[in-house]
Amino acid sequence: MIQLKAKGIAQNITYSIVAEVVSLPGKDEVHCYAPDINDKIIIASELFESPHFIGIMGITNINHLEVGDIVLIHPNGMVYTLFRKNSSHNSLFITDRCNSNCLMCSQPPKNVDDLDYYYHINSRLIDMIPPTTRELGITGGEPTLLGQRFIELLSHITRKLPNTEVHVLTNGRSFAWKNIPKAIFDVNNPRIVFGIPLYSDYHLLHDYIVQAKNAYFQTLLGFHNMARYGLRLELRIVLHRQTYKRLSMLAKFIFKNLPFVEHVAFMGLEYTGYTPKNGELLWIEPDEYSNELEESVLFLDSMGMNVSIYNLQLCILRPSLWKFARKSISDWKRDYLSQCQQCLLLNECGGVFATSKKHSEHIKAITS
Amino acid sequence: MDTKEVKNTRKFKDYEFFRSPDSQYFLLPFRFHRINAQKEVLVNEVGDFLIVPAGTASRIVNREISEKEEIYHDLHANFFISTEAVPPLIDVLATRYRTKKSFLDEFTALHIFVVTLRCNHSCHYCQVSRVSENKKDFDISLENLMAGIHHMFRSPAKSITMEFQGGEPLLAFDEVKFAVETATELNKVYKKQITFVICTNSTIFTDEILDFCKQYDILISTSLDGPEFLHNANRPKTGIPSYELVIAGINKARSVLGHEKVSALMTTTSMSLDFPTEIIDAYIENGFSNIFLRPISPYGFALKNPKKNKYETDRYLDFYRKGLNYILELNNKGHFFVEDYTTILLRKILTPFPVNYVDLQSPAGLINSVIVYNYDGFVYATDESRMIAENLDFTFRLGHVKDDYKNIFYGEKAKFLSQYWSNECLAGCADCGFQNYCGADPVFHYSAQGDFEGHRPTSDFCKKNMEIISNLFELIDQNGSEFLPIFYSWINNKPRF
Repeated sequence: MIQLKAKGIAQNITYSIVAEVVSLPGKDEVHCYAPDINDKIIIASELFESPHFIGIMGITNINHLEVGDIVLIHPNGMVYTLFRKNSSHNSLFITDRCNSNCLMCSQPPKNVDDLDYYYHINSRLIDMIPPTTRELGITGGEPTLLGQRFIELLSHITRKLPNTEVHVLTNGRSFAWKNIPKAIFDVNNPRIVFGIPLYSDYHLLHDYIVQAKNAYFQTLLGFHNMARYGLRLELRIVLHRQTYKRLSMLAKFIFKNLPFVEHVAFMGLEYTGYTPKNGELLWIEPDEYSNELEESVLFLDSMGMNVSIYNLQLCILRPSLWKFARKSISDWKRDYLSQCQQCLLLNECGGVFATSKKHSEHIKAITS
Repeated sequence: MDTKEVKNTRKFKDYEFFRSPDSQYFLLPFRFHRINAQKEVLVNEVGDFLIVPAGTASRIVNREISEKEEIYHDLHANFFISTEAVPPLIDVLATRYRTKKSFLDEFTALHIFVVTLRCNHSCHYCQVSRVSENKKDFDISLENLMAGIHHMFRSPAKSITMEFQGGEPLLAFDEVKFAVETATELNKVYKKQITFVICTNSTIFTDEILDFCKQYDILISTSLDGPEFLHNANRPKTGIPSYELVIAGINKARSVLGHEKVSALMTTTSMSLDFPTEIIDAYIENGFSNIFLRPISPYGFALKNPKKNKYETDRYLDFYRKGLNYILELNNKGHFFVEDYTTILLRKILTPFPVNYVDLQSPAGLINSVIVYNYDGFVYATDESRMIAENLDFTFRLGHVKDDYKNIFYGEKAKFLSQYWSNECLAGCADCGFQNYCGADPVFHYSAQGDFEGHRPTSDFCKKNMEIISNLFELIDQNGSEFLPIFYSWINNKPRF
């Protein structure tokens, strides 16, 4: 797993500062520029004694930083990587808050008041991200909890990064209120896609999985309101013990009621966050749902819909589904197991989540 | 982080927490039809269906379905029942309904021009043609043709089809040429998407004709009734037998225009009914990947020749089923071959999209989707309407091509016919389980039963469609895993392998 944070001792840092790595003068020293203070910030392993030193010192592991990366420098000595220049998996993190509480959330929400904090950071970050950036995610928590500032954030991105493909992960419930899709429409950025999950065609099952009453109705109205404004939509389904039984019914429901979504992603479970706590409710060996998955994917594909499978390894997928498998796991948390090293399809496979505390027992090398 | 934890209320709730305390459910509009002793089909307002054990409709209505049953989940997810009197997703249902009926948005899109009644064939089932040399009496005048073209451009449809029929329209090639050139010229102003189609027997293609077709990207729709013996018996012609000429014509047209520009239509006769597989084989031999197993119509001259042409619906249905089974077998063996009528129905049954097929829709295709400008300048509601008129019955004559657009398309006759063109309002159709998949046909019922509304229990139209649709549901129910992938490939016209 690629390192995204490091800790040292902060000096003359009184608030969180967003800074760009501008040079690497030595193995253990990183120079950054912070537009907020119009000054240089140094990150180094050495302990400086000068009272004029601005930065983080005594930090051990900073080899992961490269010129062009953007970091957040915190008064408590933490250096968080916000943007990696050589990665296509960068995201703006909007909030830890969420109005859902999905049983299998990989990044459990927190009831914290962090909207201002992250909005400030993201506003700086958008100004600093190079306009040549091809892809940028927006994630949380639930990003739309930003309210009006969510729209401002999208407008800001549209102005500063007009050529960047933007992918927003949201539960879509806010879009049940038509003024929000309308406001997004007015942002007028055809490069934004909204990835919204739907876990069942039956309302109570979806509500139970996301742990929120009426979430199903809100999400479906959200899909329709977004489509009404011609906004681009992706539908995401996480595969687990609660979703697999009605999977083929859900596929038919999607084709009948949501044929306008431009992409449907069936996603393997990331065994982290809430999931281990709800392991008994959620865990299922992928080969137990292979009939349902194959039927659903092939159905949507035969009806001309664009389908992908995320997070599932080629060795546990039926060959009929290989062409739908994507290398979906972000580079910084993609891993391969020891048995994978002999696999002939290692380079084609998306691997496993380094974050997952449990993997399928059926992962094995494909040797012929 | 500069944040503080507010309150922890994120304890997981069990499934029961989300269930509403009141297990009462409300009914949404749906219809049902029993397909056999064990099963019935439930169909909702937008054509979504569930195949369920017989008696389920009764259980639903009597509120006997429990939330703990899987069928409850199916019914809720498919808009059959709701936990609230006004379902929260009623706007979604409304969008679905509007989508299904959106073929109406375009209004009249198919404009048929009967350029001549003259023909070089004397098919016994043909309702209208004349073997005559008298151009003056049976060809459309340029003046009337022009008037028809102007009406065509008044249509609100962005995409229109200009179809030339006869007789044999290529016997009046000068008129066809004039019409295509004029429409193309006028379209510089109207900017519609125009598809040109010539319905021809393909026996008189000259280089000049085909070059013209290529220049204007005209599609050829030809008649092919099956293998040689059958085609020639159905479609007599003096001189060289028809089959030989047709096949030569099809191949010649393909070589100039491209394979996909030539399609074929068959007419089923009493004789054809014994040869479903032979007919299909003839289509395959001649390079077609689809066939339309359609019954003959009871119009015009056909009524005058009851012995030869009056065939029983049961025989047709037997023919259709044998043909369909044969085609399904071919597909199972990996040969992509499509039956067109089945595909039209499957699009209605299996997709949320509108289906543009003028002979099976509600409101009916007449005026709403199709109009016919006859050789004599009169305007008819459908192709069949002008055939009835050949028996001197002008019931479906909407006016003359020189009349106002408004008087033709929105006139008294159109208003009168509108009472009978929606199956939602016809006795026997209003509560039929297959209403969504079927259509209204006042012209057929007037012709066959002397009644615009029609009498469903004795209607051949009704019997034919009920049986065909019911048969499709039985196929889906009994062997969906085998047949559905084939059906999906037909719907999307995409070979599976």
